[in-house]
Amino acid sequence: MTNATKEAYLPAGLPAPAPSSEGLATEFWDGTRKHELWVQRCTKCQTWQWGPECCCHNCNSFDLTYEQVAPTGKIFSWERAWYPVHPALKDKLPYLTVLIELPQAGNVRMVGNLLGDPMQQVNIGSDVEAVFEDHDDANPPYTLVQWIVKS
Amino acid sequence: MTDRTLRGKTAIVGVGETRYYKRAAAPDPEFKMVLEAVLLACEDAGIDVKDVDGFASYSNDRNDPPRLSAALGCKELKFSNMFWGGGGGGGSGAVSNAAAAVATGLADTVVVFRGLAQGQFGRFGQGSTANVAAGPGAFTAPYGLMSPAQTFAMRAMRFMWEHNIGQEALRALSLTSYAHAQRNPRAVMHGRPLSAEDYDNSRWIVEPFHLFDCCMENDGAAAVIVTSAERARDLKQKPAYILGASQGSDYRQAATAHNSPDYPTSNFKTVARNLYAQAGIGPKDVDVLQSYENFTGGVLMSMVEHGFCKPDEVNDFFTPENFYFEGGKLPLNTSGGNLAECYMHGLELITEAVKQIRGTSFCQVPNVNISMVTSGPMVQPVSNSIYSSEPNP
Ligand SMILES: [Zn+2]
Repeated sequence: MTNATKEAYLPAGLPAPAPSSEGLATEFWDGTRKHELWVQRCTKCQTWQWGPECCCHNCNSFDLTYEQVAPTGKIFSWERAWYPVHPALKDKLPYLTVLIELPQAGNVRMVGNLLGDPMQQVNIGSDVEAVFEDHDDANPPYTLVQWIVKS
Repeated sequence: MTDRTLRGKTAIVGVGETRYYKRAAAPDPEFKMVLEAVLLACEDAGIDVKDVDGFASYSNDRNDPPRLSAALGCKELKFSNMFWGGGGGGGSGAVSNAAAAVATGLADTVVVFRGLAQGQFGRFGQGSTANVAAGPGAFTAPYGLMSPAQTFAMRAMRFMWEHNIGQEALRALSLTSYAHAQRNPRAVMHGRPLSAEDYDNSRWIVEPFHLFDCCMENDGAAAVIVTSAERARDLKQKPAYILGASQGSDYRQAATAHNSPDYPTSNFKTVARNLYAQAGIGPKDVDVLQSYENFTGGVLMSMVEHGFCKPDEVNDFFTPENFYFEGGKLPLNTSGGNLAECYMHGLELITEAVKQIRGTSFCQVPNVNISMVTSGPMVQPVSNSIYSSEPNP
């Protein structure tokens, strides 16, 4: 079962993700629209790689692909932000940002928000699952990958 | 010892600093402040500015050497150098580049400088207000992770969790810088003492950083002059010989979206090793340390990675008493540093390290022979440097 929501954790106005001009993350963002989690992987040596790059950092092959992985992970680190680094955030403080490790994908890490009470106690090592947060009204539409502690 | 070393071949012979201002308070353009700092450094050294033949800076400083050289009427320009990478990671790196240029005869008199006028240009502590984030920023900015404080809090949080380090360790660093700034009339926070209660009651910026764990944003300019050890002996000031200056980054530290393989690190593990090997000394030999505080959590990891204590000793070792210039085991950030003197991107830490060698600091440690600087923890690349009262101690 995949978790998805149309309710944004952070207010509108923050930057929307745009694929780089190098085209490195197109498959990732296309995947999130389908509520799937895809990670860059080397076709030659099978090394997982995140963030995406132009070549494999292990064998230097340019033959990179994307593979779908289970949308789960573990909290590797976290922080609770209390200062509005962007005008859109000034009425949404505090909020939680987490760094999630994906053991099923070579322990690559992804940044997201931890959904739920921003004052919840956050425990490093907790199991989490992805929640795909749709921004259907954006132009173009996009989907963020958020996280929630596994119940 | 191999001849391929900078050890003792060059020295800092002049320091120049404008007045340091609160952010956006500088009455002069940034470029003019850099000129002023260069002229003050030359006067301090007893060197004719026309003989300056090289400039080195870092963090994409806006004041380029060809313009500086032309404005000052320098006879010729032989070295025009920029250390790549953001933040203060290049402070000692620019010194190492200048020293390398002098040691190899590329230039004879090289100025290392930094100018900042944040009212005239952008701020560091705010995120971009662009409506899209492309490239690596696409994986962080939409989640509200946009500022340096947030970028680095994530590393510090993990380090503190792994080693069970309490908030008091961070507080000790903040209190130390503020205590030293009270003796330094040039410090922006002079006359603004900070108590443990003030720290505890201050607002969070991003956990685990309170307001006082974060550097200021300031205006001003600073410059130092690097020349050969032989020439240094005949100049006006007691030379601060460059015993070592190292720069770099550990394996894949700049991997994007917080994916450096070693994560809870200041990025000094390899660079500290290289510095000590070059200088031929170890942490026990250091009399006084200026450790760049963008955020206190970085100082913590940087000091551990430079061998001043083990991770599991941090809670005991990190006390204001241990870091105070009088009687402290390791006098630290004796000008007030980035937290309380001025955020001159850490060039003010290098000027302070030189003053400690000369014996002219407002918080002078007795009999300083080895004075060390670590520049810009947690960024990529970082750098560090060691100064000595003798070329071959
Ligand atoms: Zn490969």
